[in-house]
Amino acid sequence: MKLIYRDKEWELKGNTTVRDALKKVGLSPEAVLAVRDGKLLTDDVLLRPEDTVKLIAVVSGGR
Amino acid sequence: MKCKKCGAPAVINMRQHRLALCGEHFLEWVPEQMQRAIEHYHMFTPEEKVLVAVSGGKDSLSLWDILLRQGYATEGIYINLGIPDGDYSNLSQQKVEQFAAQHNAAFRVVNVKAEYGQSIPEVARRKRGRSVCGTCGLIKRHVMNQIACEGGFAALATGHNLDDEVSFLFQNTLHWATGYLARQAPVLPASRAGLSRKVKPLVRLYEREMAAYALVRGIDYIYEECPHAKGATTLVNKELFDRLELSSPGAKQQFYLGFLQARNEGRLLSPEASAVELHACEQCGQPTTAPGLCAFCRLWTEGNPRSDREHGGTPNGAQ
Repeated sequence: MKLIYRDKEWELKGNTTVRDALKKVGLSPEAVLAVRDGKLLTDDVLLRPEDTVKLIAVVSGGR
Repeated sequence: MKCKKCGAPAVINMRQHRLALCGEHFLEWVPEQMQRAIEHYHMFTPEEKVLVAVSGGKDSLSLWDILLRQGYATEGIYINLGIPDGDYSNLSQQKVEQFAAQHNAAFRVVNVKAEYGQSIPEVARRKRGRSVCGTCGLIKRHVMNQIACEGGFAALATGHNLDDEVSFLFQNTLHWATGYLARQAPVLPASRAGLSRKVKPLVRLYEREMAAYALVRGIDYIYEECPHAKGATTLVNKELFDRLELSSPGAKQQFYLGFLQARNEGRLLSPEASAVELHACEQCGQPTTAPGLCAFCRLWTEGNPRSDREHGGTPNGAQ
């Protein structure tokens, strides 16, 4: 399962929750939003091995 | 996780509110929260014309989006700062133009270099000792205030969210800047001629909620951070408060709303803390604490190539 955040990419074993995946890559659930197939995910969602998840930074430069 | 209102799959869980919502109900909830803030803090009425400061970022475009949907009379103002790195200014202007075209929304653009002779980075370089960010803030505030006053707008609305306010509050407290602490508020009234009313309709909304709103609503905003924001104090503060919020959901809103309440009940600062003497700038007329010229006018009249060429005449648009 692939996680993408800005210019970084991680390959993780599937069947993990969003919450645990964020922990594994060292990102705070307060600081990112997880998107799969264009849909926002809450952090209890179980990710599958074939998923690609985009992590959107909550803080972005504009006001 | 299920939506508390309808049981459909939730798209966001807001632990600070003990509330999870689906996309449809979240898109209703955010405008409701903003409307509550507008009414609670008496920001403006539906009859009043509001100038909305838009940068192309998620907060300001979402603010504008919601105000338009709620039927408020708005005009956007975008200030092109002339930041060339990563084509930041041009890209962010494009986002604003795109949004305005999609929503048939009125807006105006002020190009700092075209109006005053230099871009923000150029001014900051010329004025050795001034930071880019400080210069940027000074110029934006002056321009927005001027247009809000001259355009007859009842209020100037900015997209500051709860996380922003928490960061400022924390910074002001770290430095015990009692003058700033006395004046930090969701509404700054038009307390004298030359000052417009300034309001922050998103003040009760978490930055995370605004990012989610923009995503779910499908608003195309500039995702990249300002190239000058690297290592900015605000970002460091926000990381600290994210950690606090993780272990103590609701910490951010308790800190900020609790501060407002304590201050307004007179439990925090002496009345003298907010006392400040203002007079009209000799050149532009806007209120200033400085003698003679305000800080904005001094930026352009000292060592500015354009004003030097014009032998010290008023730069185009400075008044």
